[in-house]
Amino acid sequence: MNLLIDSLTMVCLALGCFLGLTGGIGIYRLPDFFTRLHASSVTDSACAFLILFGLALQAGWSLVTIKLGLVFFFLVLSSPTASHALAKTALNSNQQPLLGREDKR
Amino acid sequence: MYAATCVAILIVMALALLRAILGPTAFDRLLAVNMFGTKTVLFIAVFGFLTERPDFLDIALVYALVNFLGTIAVLRFFERKHLAAKTEAEESP
Repeated sequence: MNLLIDSLTMVCLALGCFLGLTGGIGIYRLPDFFTRLHASSVTDSACAFLILFGLALQAGWSLVTIKLGLVFFFLVLSSPTASHALAKTALNSNQQPLLGREDKR
Repeated sequence: MYAATCVAILIVMALALLRAILGPTAFDRLLAVNMFGTKTVLFIAVFGFLTERPDFLDIALVYALVNFLGTIAVLRFFERKHLAAKTEAEESP
């Protein structure tokens, strides 16, 4: 049983780190602000869930797991809202999204 | 296991900082700072597990909220600065 939890934690942490890295690379390579916003906000919440779930598995049923749940709850609440506010303000101050590559239009 | 996660999160934070430096528009920089803050929350949580100190999670919890408030505050500044420019444009002609 303990081996199962440890291996599941390893898998969750590895997946979380992988998603975080793809988010980091995505924010660097993508051409336009809104695509970068998409890359960073999607991986943020997914990476947070996987890493915090991996840690919660290690902590078992205790106060630490409740705190991890609270951290995840606030991250899930605040991260999409911040991304939405960021996109709205960017659009309002006429930051035009890159609608299509010039060469591919 | 935790150390590897810490290193991976540090790499992602470095990439976010790289975008903050390179970012052409101010919004790219704000996006990078927001992502950096979220990754800091995760780093504090994993580091707390690495050093067997459960009280780090309280810090992570507070930092998650402060980071969100910081982003929203800067956005309000951008919003107000843009509105001021627009009202001036309407009044002047």
